[in-house]
Amino acid sequence: MSFAHLFQGVLDLLAVALLALSIKGLSRVRSARTANQLAALAMGLAVVGLLINAQPTIAAWIWIAGGAAVGGLLGAFTARLVPMTAMPETVAFFNGCGGLSSLLVALGVILGARGDGITPSLLVLISIAFSISVGAITATGSVVAMGKLQGWLATPGWMLSRWRHGQNIALATVALVSAVLTVNGFGEALWPLVLSASLLGVGLTLPIGGADMPVVISLLNSYSGVAAAAAGFVVGQQLLIVAGAMVGAAGLILTQVMCTGMNRSLPAVLFGGALGSQLPAAQGGSEYTNITSCSAEECALTLEAAERVVIVPGYGLAVAQAQHTLSEVARLLESHGAQVTYAIHPVAGRMPGHMNVLLAEADVPYEQLKEMDVINPEFPGTDVVLVLGANDVVNPQAKSDPDSPLYGMPVLNVQEARTVFVVKRSLGTGYSGIKNDLFERPNTSMLFGDAKQMLSNVLGELKALGLGK
Amino acid sequence: MMDGFQEQLWVLLLGSLLGLELIGKVPPTLHTPLMSGANAISGITMLAALTLITKAGESMLLLSLGSVALGFALFNVVGGFLVTDRMLAMFRSGRKPSGGGQ
Repeated sequence: MSFAHLFQGVLDLLAVALLALSIKGLSRVRSARTANQLAALAMGLAVVGLLINAQPTIAAWIWIAGGAAVGGLLGAFTARLVPMTAMPETVAFFNGCGGLSSLLVALGVILGARGDGITPSLLVLISIAFSISVGAITATGSVVAMGKLQGWLATPGWMLSRWRHGQNIALATVALVSAVLTVNGFGEALWPLVLSASLLGVGLTLPIGGADMPVVISLLNSYSGVAAAAAGFVVGQQLLIVAGAMVGAAGLILTQVMCTGMNRSLPAVLFGGALGSQLPAAQGGSEYTNITSCSAEECALTLEAAERVVIVPGYGLAVAQAQHTLSEVARLLESHGAQVTYAIHPVAGRMPGHMNVLLAEADVPYEQLKEMDVINPEFPGTDVVLVLGANDVVNPQAKSDPDSPLYGMPVLNVQEARTVFVVKRSLGTGYSGIKNDLFERPNTSMLFGDAKQMLSNVLGELKALGLGK
Repeated sequence: MMDGFQEQLWVLLLGSLLGLELIGKVPPTLHTPLMSGANAISGITMLAALTLITKAGESMLLLSLGSVALGFALFNVVGGFLVTDRMLAMFRSGRKPSGGGQ
């Protein structure tokens, strides 16, 4: 065992320890940022160890530098430039690239072996087939998830019928048969394997509704860990196996946590099709009656007299880029003596924790964000609730109507407050496509318009009332 | 290449158990950064891409395939860590102005 080999072994061990500590650290607010930096350090150590031990030739160095420069720079630019609202899509896209990388490595190993006229061992062949399938599903599934969240892709109608299960079973069968053939040395089966697994990734992800996409991204994140572990078996590197396994397992737990937060079971997310799409459109009377709408002035007058105000931000707020105006309104009310808190539903935004990130960007003090279980008992003592671009997470039917598809989903009980203002573009249904009873309640007033415009109107009215002077 | 397969299976098992154990309680605030950080770690497959390149010898196919694989993996790693850092940095600055903002 050479010194370089030993050195790499030590660095790998150090990297594993750091990665484990950083995953742990990422689950606490105070240590999260350091933990993330430690994980990056761990990856760097592993790369240094590998390069010292492998001693690449000049030609290899050139290819390494080329690939690393392009990938690294594009990654850095993407990370800088992407808006915070697009975070779930970004994670999905990064994830797909990781899956694609595992797929390419496995392809390279088997093509290389074939070029040299070597037959890899059975176990390596199995790992290769596995790495190709999981990598391909992760890559295409992630890109579809990104496209759906961006609104670039819609689900074609036939994908919602039961036929899609038949189609996916057929694709999975083709993938399995090609995998078995590949493992048994039939080189021609390699391309059908790549193709069928890639199509399977699309076929599994495309029918899933946009509201469930975060769960799917989390699951695909777990897959990319599995793909990395499989690539570790292919090239015989234990560090990849440990790190991939950790990410795979942690991703599964996170997926489960998200499902609980949305009151969805994982099988229902994966095989149930889009929520709400099973419902005939006419069911439950989707027409609204008894809607009270009001102006920014009336809203400002009520807010001026309120002592306890709770703000319920949703994704619509982020889309309108109104976080900053909102935090201005909140500060003005606070300076007037009101107590202002933000009620954060576990899945506010597009992904758990997404809203916290968006509000932090607008300098909202971390302490003012209250989680659902903390804030729910406080609604009866609240004077005004301001709902901004949120819909399904404040739908009282989730508690009261057993026939509603939302039934059982934990919601914010905003209707228990004295007055509720809902800022919304129109009476359109939410992400789930389900009517919201809250809008018809007698203590609810609707403010129709763009969230940012409406908030600056309210801000103007509040200033006209003499607040902040 | 595959000596010590049993050993590798042990590594897989223990790594998975560790992963299950590490994520016990996570505040919802951190779900998005955690997912994005874990996602960056799964880009560790870049080490496999590096191995592919260093063992490619003269083969143009393997060199280029390895290089593309490295590019995609590094895109995932660099982008993932930086974007996670960007999110977490905001939590820090969000905590400071607890005295009513700037």
